[in-house]
Amino acid sequence: MLTLSGRVIKKHSSVIPTGPRLYSLSTNANLPLALRGKKAFLIKESAEVPTGFSHYFHLEGVDTKIVDPENTTNLGKEFSYFGNDDVVSLSDDGRIRSIYRADSDHNSILLTEQCNNYCLMCSQPPKRVDDSWLLKEAFEAIRLIPRETKVLGFTGGEPTVYGQEFINLVGHTKNWLPHTSLHVLSNGRSFANEKFAYEYAKVQHPDLMVGIPVYSADPTIHDYVVQAEGAFDETIRGILNLKRFGQKVEIRVVLHKQTYKGLPELANFIARNLLFVDQVALMGLEHTGFTRANIDSLWIDPIEYKEQLSEAVKILSNYSIHTAVYNHPLCLVNPDVYPAYVKSISDWKNEFAAECEPCTRKNECGGFFSSGIQNGYSQSIKPFL
Amino acid sequence: MSKFSTLDKYVSQQGKYELLPFRFESLEDNDVVLTNFVGEFVILKRDKLDEVVQKRLSPTDETYSLLRSRHFIKEVSDTASIELLGLKTRTKHSNIRNFTNLHLFVVSLRCDHSCQYCQVSRQSENKAAFDMTEETADKALQIVFRSPNPAIKIEFQGGEPLLNFDLVRYVVIKAKQINEVEKRDLQFVITTTLSLITDEILDFCKEHKIFLSSSLDGPEDLHNRNRPRPGKDSYSRFVDGLQKARDKLGYDSVSALMTTSPASLTRVRDIIDEYLKHDLDGIFLRHLSPYGFAIKTKSYEAYNVDRWLEFYREGLDYIVELNKQGVRFTEHFASLLLTKMFTSSDPGFVDLMNPSGAGISAVVFNYDGDVYASDESRMLREMGDTTFKIGNLHTNSYEEIFTSEALLNALDDSFTLSAPMCTDCAFEPWCGSEPVFHHAIFGDVLGRKPESEFCKRIMGVVRHLLNKMQTDPEAKEIFMRWANKC
Repeated sequence: MLTLSGRVIKKHSSVIPTGPRLYSLSTNANLPLALRGKKAFLIKESAEVPTGFSHYFHLEGVDTKIVDPENTTNLGKEFSYFGNDDVVSLSDDGRIRSIYRADSDHNSILLTEQCNNYCLMCSQPPKRVDDSWLLKEAFEAIRLIPRETKVLGFTGGEPTVYGQEFINLVGHTKNWLPHTSLHVLSNGRSFANEKFAYEYAKVQHPDLMVGIPVYSADPTIHDYVVQAEGAFDETIRGILNLKRFGQKVEIRVVLHKQTYKGLPELANFIARNLLFVDQVALMGLEHTGFTRANIDSLWIDPIEYKEQLSEAVKILSNYSIHTAVYNHPLCLVNPDVYPAYVKSISDWKNEFAAECEPCTRKNECGGFFSSGIQNGYSQSIKPFL
Repeated sequence: MSKFSTLDKYVSQQGKYELLPFRFESLEDNDVVLTNFVGEFVILKRDKLDEVVQKRLSPTDETYSLLRSRHFIKEVSDTASIELLGLKTRTKHSNIRNFTNLHLFVVSLRCDHSCQYCQVSRQSENKAAFDMTEETADKALQIVFRSPNPAIKIEFQGGEPLLNFDLVRYVVIKAKQINEVEKRDLQFVITTTLSLITDEILDFCKEHKIFLSSSLDGPEDLHNRNRPRPGKDSYSRFVDGLQKARDKLGYDSVSALMTTSPASLTRVRDIIDEYLKHDLDGIFLRHLSPYGFAIKTKSYEAYNVDRWLEFYREGLDYIVELNKQGVRFTEHFASLLLTKMFTSSDPGFVDLMNPSGAGISAVVFNYDGDVYASDESRMLREMGDTTFKIGNLHTNSYEEIFTSEALLNALDDSFTLSAPMCTDCAFEPWCGSEPVFHHAIFGDVLGRKPESEFCKRIMGVVRHLLNKMQTDPEAKEIFMRWANKC
C-alpha cells in the first residue's frame, strides 16, 4: 500500500501562508529552461541538481548538493514512489498529498468529504466541514495533469454538492483534458433535479460516465444502507434524468450482509427498469472507513453469496447488460462469473494474503484491498494449485 | 448511541401502502399469478394475495419488498415507481410510433406445391391472372416509403414468389434506388419453399442481402405428405436448397417455419429432431389457421386447440430437455411470449399485439393491387370475405388506406384494454387482440372470449410456461435466455 498523504520532514519556511500549493514534478534534469519555471524538480538521484525549477523536493537518503535550500522540501522514504509528471499538493503546515500519479491508471481526485448519504460501509466517511478548497485545488490540478492522461476520476464525498461549480469543473476538465475519459462517483440524488441533469449533459463531455450506487431493488434496504430516507427514489429518478439526456451511467453495487440476498432481485430490477444503463459493477466490501465500525452488520464471507453473485451475473448478461465483478478474490467466485470478472482494485491498495503464496492464478486474480489484509478477510480462500 | 440508524427506522408503518393497478389469475396448487400494466409478474399463494389486497401485508414481509420493487404496490413517497411504470409503458408501445415496418408483396398466387392446409395458393398456368404487375408494384413502393418507420422490411410472399422472380428483382432494385434518398434500414425477405431456387437467384439474393424464409414440416414422409408437389420431392428439394442457400448467403440468412397438420400431432419429437438434424437453432411450433384451404379441406377441424396444446406442451418440454443437455435450441412462440413476460419491449408479432398489429405493424399488397391489413386478412379474401381490405393501390391514397374505416374500426373494436373479459385477464399484457381470427370465427372482431380458441391457445401456452417456471428453476433460466432473443 502506498502512503498517499503525510507530512514532509522539513519544509522551506515561507513568510506568508498561502494555502496549499500544487506542484507538477519533473525528474528530467535536462528539461529546457523555459519549462523549468512551471515545474518542481524531484531529487531522486545523487546527481547534480539542475537550477531554475520553481521548487525542489529532496527524497530522504539521496546524497547530493542542494542548490536552492530556501525552496527545497525534504520528503520521507514513503514518498519515493513520486515520479515524473506527478502532481502533488503541499500545504503551509507541511502536509503533502499525491494528487495524480503519472504511472497509474487509477487516478481519482477527491472533491469533497461532504455527502448527503451516510453509507454504512463508506470508505471515505463524510465530514460536515467546508472543504471547498478541494474543488479549487481540483481546478488547478486539471491544468497541471498531462494531457495524454487516459483516465481520471472525480470522487468524494458527493461531488455534486457543489451544484453548478461541479458542472463547471467537468467543463474545465473537458477543455484541459479533451482526450481523457472521466469517471465521476456520485450517489445520483442531485440529478433527480432535471435542470441539474440537463446542465450536466450540456457540457457535452465526449467521454464521461457517472457511477451511481444502487444497493437494492427494495427502497427500504437501499435507504437503510445509505442512511437516508427517500434516497432510493431520488437516485432512481436521477439515473432516469441522466439517461434522458443521453449521459453514460454505471450502476455500482457493494455486496455485504445487507445487500447480498436481494442481489438477484436487484439484477431483475435493473434489467426490467434500467436496461439502458451502460454497465453494472458488482463490488466486494472494502474494510475501511465506516465498514470497520459496522463490521458486524456488514461482513459476510464472499463464499456465502457465491450463488447470488452467479445468479445476478447470469440475469444481467442474459439481458446483455455489460456487467463487471470487482474486488473479489478469484477463488471465491463460481466459474460462471469469470466472463464478468475484473482485476480491479486500485494499484495503490491491492495486496495478496499469505495463503495466496503458492497460487498459480495470481496474475488473473484481483487480490485484496490492503485494508482487507490488515483488518480481516475471508477464511475460505484457497490457492489454485 | 450509534450514529447509524437501524433498519426499522426505514420500514414503513403497517398498512400504509397503496395498490398499483394489477390483475391476477389462478394457477395450479393454490398459486396465483399477478401481472401489472406492463407485464411484470409475481406468483403468490392465494391467501398471500388476500393479505396484499386487504392491506394486511407486513412491511417486513419478503413479498412486500418484491411487490414494491416490481411495481404492484407503492408507498406514498414512492414517485420513481410511477415514473418507471410510465417509461415501461411507453417502451412497450414505442413501435406504434414508428408505424408500419413489414410490407408484404404477394407477387404471385401460383405455386408448385398443393398443400392441403394452404390458405391461398393456386395451381394455375395462367400467369397473368395471379401475378403482380410492375405497375402495381410501383404503386406499392410509393406507399411503402410513406411509412414513417426508419426500418422497412419488404417480404415477398405467394404462392411461390420464385415463380414471379422477375418482379421480385424489379422491386428490390427499385426499392434500393428509392432508398438512396430515403436512407431507411431496408431489408428484404423471400418466403419460399426453396424448391425452385437456382444459382442465379441465390447470386441475386447475395448481392442484395436478401433473407430466405422457408418451410420444413418435419421428417421426409411427413413433409412430403403435407406438402405435395409434382415428383413428390418437396423434402429433398428443401434440403438441397437449404444447403446451397447457406453456402452462398450464410447460415443466418435462411430460416424455416413449420405448420402443424393433423398428421404432425403425434410426431412432435420427430419434427424437432428433424430441425436439429438440419442444424436449425429453433422451431416455431405453429398451429393451423382457420383460413383458406385449411377450412375447405377440413384440416382445420381435424384437431381442436386442446389437442394442439398437448402437441405443443410435449414439444416444449422436449426442447427444454434438449437445452438442459447443452443444446441451444429455441421454441419461437414461447420466445415471443417470454419476451413480453420478461422485458418491456414488444417483439412486434402481429398476433400478439394490442392495438392489433394489423395494418400498423404489417400491411399486405395483394397481387391484384388490393391492400389488406394482414396476411390472414388476404387469406379471408380468398374465402370471399373482404372485411379487412383497407384499400386498393390503384384507386386509394396512403391517407385513405391507413385511415380507412375497415382498419380503424377493427383496431378500435378489438382493443384489449376495452374488450370485455380481456380487461380483466391477467394475461392481457402478454396477449394481442387478433381481430381477424375472431372475425373469421365469430363474425365480429371481438368474438366471444370464453369460446375463443385463440384465448384458449394463448392461455394454455402461458399457463404451461408459468407452471414450468414455478417447478423447474433450470427451465426458468432457459426461458430468460429466450426472452432476450427477439
